[in-house]
Amino acid sequence: MLEKKVIIINNAGLHTRPAATIVKIAAKFESEFYILKDGLNINGKSIIGVMTLAAAKGSELLLNFDGPDEEKMAEAILDYFNKGFDEL
Amino acid sequence: MIDIGKDNVYKGIPAAPGIKIANAFLFKKEIETVTDEAIINVDEAIENFSEALEKSKKELAKVFSLAVDKLGAKRAALFEAQIMILDDPVLINKILERIKSEKKNPEYIVNDEISKYQDIMTLSHEQYMRERSQDIEDIKNRIIRNIRKKKWKSRISTGEVILVSSSLTPADTVLFSRMNVTGYITNFGGLTSHAAIVARSLNVPAIVGVHEATENIQNSDIVIIDGFNGIVIVNPDDKQLLHYKKKLKKLEAADLELVKLKNLPAMTLDGRKIDILANLDLNEELESIIQNGAEGIGLMRTEQIFQEYDSFPNEDEQSEVYSNYAEKLYPLPLTIRAFDIGGDKVLPVDVQEPNPMLGWRGIRFLLDNEELFITQIRAVLKSSIHKNIKFMIPMVSSMREIELTRLLISKCMDELRSENIPFDEHLELGIMIEVPSAALMIRDFADDVDFFSIGTNDLIQYMLAVDRGNDIVTNQYQEFHPAIIRTLNYIIIEAKKTNTKVSLCGEMAADYKAIPLLVGLGLDSISVSASVIPHAKEIIRALNYSEISGFVNACLTCKTEKEIHDKLDKFYSENFSESSKDFYSN
Repeated sequence: MLEKKVIIINNAGLHTRPAATIVKIAAKFESEFYILKDGLNINGKSIIGVMTLAAAKGSELLLNFDGPDEEKMAEAILDYFNKGFDEL
Repeated sequence: MIDIGKDNVYKGIPAAPGIKIANAFLFKKEIETVTDEAIINVDEAIENFSEALEKSKKELAKVFSLAVDKLGAKRAALFEAQIMILDDPVLINKILERIKSEKKNPEYIVNDEISKYQDIMTLSHEQYMRERSQDIEDIKNRIIRNIRKKKWKSRISTGEVILVSSSLTPADTVLFSRMNVTGYITNFGGLTSHAAIVARSLNVPAIVGVHEATENIQNSDIVIIDGFNGIVIVNPDDKQLLHYKKKLKKLEAADLELVKLKNLPAMTLDGRKIDILANLDLNEELESIIQNGAEGIGLMRTEQIFQEYDSFPNEDEQSEVYSNYAEKLYPLPLTIRAFDIGGDKVLPVDVQEPNPMLGWRGIRFLLDNEELFITQIRAVLKSSIHKNIKFMIPMVSSMREIELTRLLISKCMDELRSENIPFDEHLELGIMIEVPSAALMIRDFADDVDFFSIGTNDLIQYMLAVDRGNDIVTNQYQEFHPAIIRTLNYIIIEAKKTNTKVSLCGEMAADYKAIPLLVGLGLDSISVSASVIPHAKEIIRALNYSEISGFVNACLTCKTEKEIHDKLDKFYSENFSESSKDFYSN
C-alpha cells in the first residue's frame, strides 16, 4: 500500500471538472484508490464521492493506493495534482 | 399608472427588459416522494433500475449537446460529470447490492443512497457545495422519475408561455431556451442567475426574486410581465390589461421607430456626437449588438471566458476568442477589459478575505499573478492585427499599477517582435475609473494612458461606502448623489485638459433618466447593453447640447439627491413628449 500527501495548488480548487478527470484517470488502473480528508474516506473511483470533497486551494489531502499497479496509479494521479489540474 | 398596492401585482428584480402578456406555465420541480416498500421480484426491480439509468443517460446526453451549442464546450462540462454519476461503479454497485439484500423498491434505495452524499455537501460551509448538492438533486430525481417511467412533464406543447418557477437549474434553462418561452419569472435568483443570463441573450423579458411567485401564480393564469420595471400582474383586470395593451402597442410602434434609428448617429440637435458602444457578456449577444447599431464594444468582460473554460484559458484559447470578436466587429473597436477577478465575481479565488470588495481584485490580482496577466496581454496583442482592439485595466488606484502594466506590455511586445508575430504597435491602453483615488488622480494618469472608462457601479459603491448587495443600506446607494455627479464632472474636466477620451460603462449609462445629465457633463461615449442602444440614441437625438450644459451646471450646485431627481423629472417633462416618458416609466 502506498500513502501520499498532496496539496491543492490551482486557484479554483477541486471543482467539478478536475473531480471528473481524477476519476477517469483512476478508472484506468486496477488498484484501489482512496482520498482522505476531514475524516472522510472517499473512494477515488467514485465521481459522486469525489464531488463531496470541498477542497479549496491550499487544502491537504491524503491519498491511498493499494493493488498490483499502485505505483503507476499513484504516479499518474500525483502528476495530475502537481500540475494543478492543468490550470496553472 | 399601475397601482403597485393592488393584490394581483407583484414586484421583483427586473433582469431582462421587455413586456409580454401570456399564459403562465408553472414549472414546479416535481419532488419525487419515495416510500419504503418491500418488493418480491428483485430481478424485475433491478431491470427497472438499469433501464432508468440508460434512459437518464440518453436525456442528459441531449442536454449536454444542447448546452455545448448554447453555452460552449467548457461550460457544458458540468453535464458531463452528471452523466458520469450514472456510471459511478461505487454508487451503482451499492444500490444494486442493497436492492438484492434489503428487497426494497429501487426508488427508495436510490433516494436513500444519493441523499447521503448530498448531506455531506450541504454540511459544507462553501456556497458552491450547496449548489452542487442541487445538481445532485437533479440527477436523483431524474433516476427516480425514470424508474417510475414518468415523462418529463414540462414539455410545452402549444402557444407562447411565461415560465414561472422557483429557480432554474442549468439543465432546465438550457432546455427551456429552445421552447416557446416568452418570459421568465422566478422566486429566487439575482441578476447573474442562469435564467437572467439566458433571457437577456435571447431578448426575452425576465423578472427574478419575485417572492412566492410559484404560490401566487397558477398554471394558465394570464400574466403580464413588465421586464422594464420588474412588475408581474396575475389575471389582470380590464383596466390593467388595457394599460399594458396600450403600452405594448406603443412599444411596437416605438420599436419600428427605433429600428430606423439604427443607422443614425447619436448626435444632439446642435451636432455633438456621442459614441454609443455596447457591453459584451455572452457569445449570443454580438448579433443583437450589431443589429442595434452599436458603434463598437466599450466593455468586453473577459471573466466570462473563465466560466466557459472552467479554468484559466491559455494564450491560444484566449487569442482565438478575441480575434473572432475583433474580426466580426471590424472596423468597429473592441475594448477588452483585463480579467477582473475577485469581489462579487464568479470565479472562486480560494483566499478567504474579510472584505473582498476592498481586497485582492482587478489589477492587484493581475500584477500578483504575472504569468496569468502576461498570457492575457500576449493574447490581446496577437489579436490586435486589425488595429481595432483596445485594452483596459480594472480597479486601478495608483500610478505604480499603470507603470507596471506598461512595463509588462512592452515586455510582451518585445517578445512578439523577436518571435516575428505581428501585432498593433499602437495598441491603446485605458483604465477603469472606479476607485475614488483614481478619480482624483485623473490629470496625472492622463499622461500615461490613452483613454478612461468610468465604472459607475463600483465608483458609487466606493465613494458612498455602500455595499449594493446589502439590503439594509441599499437605499443609500444613490446614483444621483451630488458627490457622484460632481466627481463625474471633475473626471471629465480634468481628462479634457489633456484631450483624453472619457467613456462611461456602468449601469448608470443605461438609466434613461441619467443620459441627458451624462451627455451634458461632456462624456465622449457611453457603453450600455445592446437592448438599451436604440433608446439611448433616441434620447440623445432629442437633446440640445448647449442647453443641457446649463442644466447640468444647475445640477452641480444641488445639495441632495432628491433635488437632482426633481430637476431631471422636470427636465424630462419639459423636453420630452409625455409618451416618451410614459414609455419607460410606469
